[in-house]
Amino acid sequence: MDNEKPIVDFGAIRDALGKDFKPVQVIDGQANVVNQAIVSKYSNDQLVDFLKLMIWERTLHQRSNALTRQGRLGFYAPTEGQEASEMGSNSAMKSTDVLMPAYRDIPQLIQHGLPVYKAFLWSRGHVLGNEYPEDLHAMPPQIIIGAQYIQAAGVALGIKKNGTEDKVAYSYTGDGGTSQGDFYEGMNFAGAFQAPAVFIVQNNGYAISVPRRKQTAAKTLAQKAVAAGIPSVQVDGMDFLAVHEVTKAAREYAAAGNGPVMIETLTYRFGPHTNAGDDPKRYRTKEEEQPWFDNDPLIRYRKYLTDQGVWSEDLENEYVEQVKADIKAAVKQADEAPKQKMTEFLENVFEEKPQNIQQQITEYQAKESK
Amino acid sequence: MSKKTYIQAITDALRLELGSDEKTLIFGEDVGKNGGVFRATDGLQAEFGEDRVFDTPLAESGIGGLSIGLALEGFRPVPEIQFLGFIFETMDSIAGQMSRERFRTGGTRHMPITIRSPYGGGTHTPEMHADSLEGYLAQIPGLRVVTPSNPYDAKGLLISSIRNNDPVFFLENLKLYRSMKADIPDEAYTVPLDKANVVREGTDITLIAYSAQVNQSLKVAEKLEKEGISVEVVDLRTLSPLDEDTILKSVQKTGRAVAIQEAQRQAGIAANVASLIAEKGALYLSAPVGRVSAPDTVYPFGLAEDDWLPAEDEIEAKTREILNY
Repeated sequence: MDNEKPIVDFGAIRDALGKDFKPVQVIDGQANVVNQAIVSKYSNDQLVDFLKLMIWERTLHQRSNALTRQGRLGFYAPTEGQEASEMGSNSAMKSTDVLMPAYRDIPQLIQHGLPVYKAFLWSRGHVLGNEYPEDLHAMPPQIIIGAQYIQAAGVALGIKKNGTEDKVAYSYTGDGGTSQGDFYEGMNFAGAFQAPAVFIVQNNGYAISVPRRKQTAAKTLAQKAVAAGIPSVQVDGMDFLAVHEVTKAAREYAAAGNGPVMIETLTYRFGPHTNAGDDPKRYRTKEEEQPWFDNDPLIRYRKYLTDQGVWSEDLENEYVEQVKADIKAAVKQADEAPKQKMTEFLENVFEEKPQNIQQQITEYQAKESK
Repeated sequence: MSKKTYIQAITDALRLELGSDEKTLIFGEDVGKNGGVFRATDGLQAEFGEDRVFDTPLAESGIGGLSIGLALEGFRPVPEIQFLGFIFETMDSIAGQMSRERFRTGGTRHMPITIRSPYGGGTHTPEMHADSLEGYLAQIPGLRVVTPSNPYDAKGLLISSIRNNDPVFFLENLKLYRSMKADIPDEAYTVPLDKANVVREGTDITLIAYSAQVNQSLKVAEKLEKEGISVEVVDLRTLSPLDEDTILKSVQKTGRAVAIQEAQRQAGIAANVASLIAEKGALYLSAPVGRVSAPDTVYPFGLAEDDWLPAEDEIEAKTREILNY
């Protein structure tokens, strides 16, 4: 009896979980083309534009980092290392799509239409930074991890109910975010309603200091979508074209009425969690970091396009100077924002003002007119 | 006019609003084919279709987040949280998200969401099905907390809530669902938000209550009337923000007040009413403000419910105490 095989081999089932996921790649870490068919779809001009998006994000990061250290920005979550993941996915979306971002998704928000000075105002804690025009289809950056996922499911259901053609909701979270209940609820709701949502998980290795392997026993984060009955894929998050092509395909699939999709990008957060005192040296080794730094998404595209003879150091320097000038102008514009008033805050609590709000407006008007 | 129970008045309001605004959506757990576990949405899916009245997966946080996303796409969501005790699962979507959006976006986005949820003790439900959690909700800026005490208000306040462009948490008293009937108009009508109602005029003392406690207070008032005591009863209707004017005007007239709530005593609505009177109406008073509430324990579902809940005789005793102070 002791040798009898158990009715179920749980060990074998466990070992098979997540085996189907293999990261999609187009140009590898040594700038070798591994999928020529995809590369051939794009002209050199288009590929240069893609590289420029990443250089733009890197420059924005460098300036934001410096401005934070100078005390000229408030909250900032560094994006260095995630340029292919963020720009590759965002550039596959349309401006009419609805972006539900988290706090590390500021570059996507800006590319989606948020003026840079407003992003800076958000960082400083000025509400003007969150006043979006109606045709900016996005919400301000979400702070509560995962909350944007269920809201994205709601937006997607709204798109479906409105019968809007060729429109999706898309949202980002990180590897830590996949541990939240809201992450699963968002995917499960969107799946149950077959709503047009694209969920992007940027697996950058860490939730502040807790490594991905401690978040879950799952081999991949992509496989978490399987339980919700929605298709998912892993992609090399340092490979712009791979992320772009996968996201474009996901968008088309969702927009065609097939239901939601989830994408896991394998990337790395080069810097700290935020500039508010986090020090990765406390929880990461140089040995771990170095291969990721070598895998910088800019390196392979810069090399590939330089080899093609369409990009050069001079061109890059010229472009970076232009981006820096734009950022400088944005800082100036942000500096010109008026001081916030309590009366204005009180005006935006309710549309129809109850007594307490009316009384407090009167009180603060008296203080503010002094 | 038709004779309607409290819950029929609610169904009536939902039907009328679904009919008058195609952007109004009703959703939640079991609200579709089943018509809600209390039948508040009975027949609405059959009448308006699965696109407008639909079941969701069983996840309260998902229901809250879904409401926010739908509001962003131009809908007027009326989600149901099956029992108020389940809101802890969706507190972020209420306190952290929808109530903040108007403020967060500098008034460029708004959330016309009305969350309906049954609450209140005395019907012998399982644990977490009868708790009075309005105190938690009342501290959230940007959220209205509304609760009717009778069928007329149930319909009129719900219609006002749904039409309002800000989030409303609409609390429906479980015990009143089928225990009260009244003649109410068949057509749509509104009862104003942010306005308390003097449901009985009096001159000697003011009882300030809401939901089921209004009815208990009215019974006490009737009883004391026979002894020549004139009791005024104020029904708060909107618990947050408070209608300060109506409360203060009444206390100015009577000089005595008792604030009544079914919830535990600590940091509750009655405390808020008492502090308002202390802050702005202390000089009207001939006696301290009395308070009637449940004790500061967890709601004891089952056998001890009726001992725990504030009873009519407790309201009567406290009223006499403040009158004779």
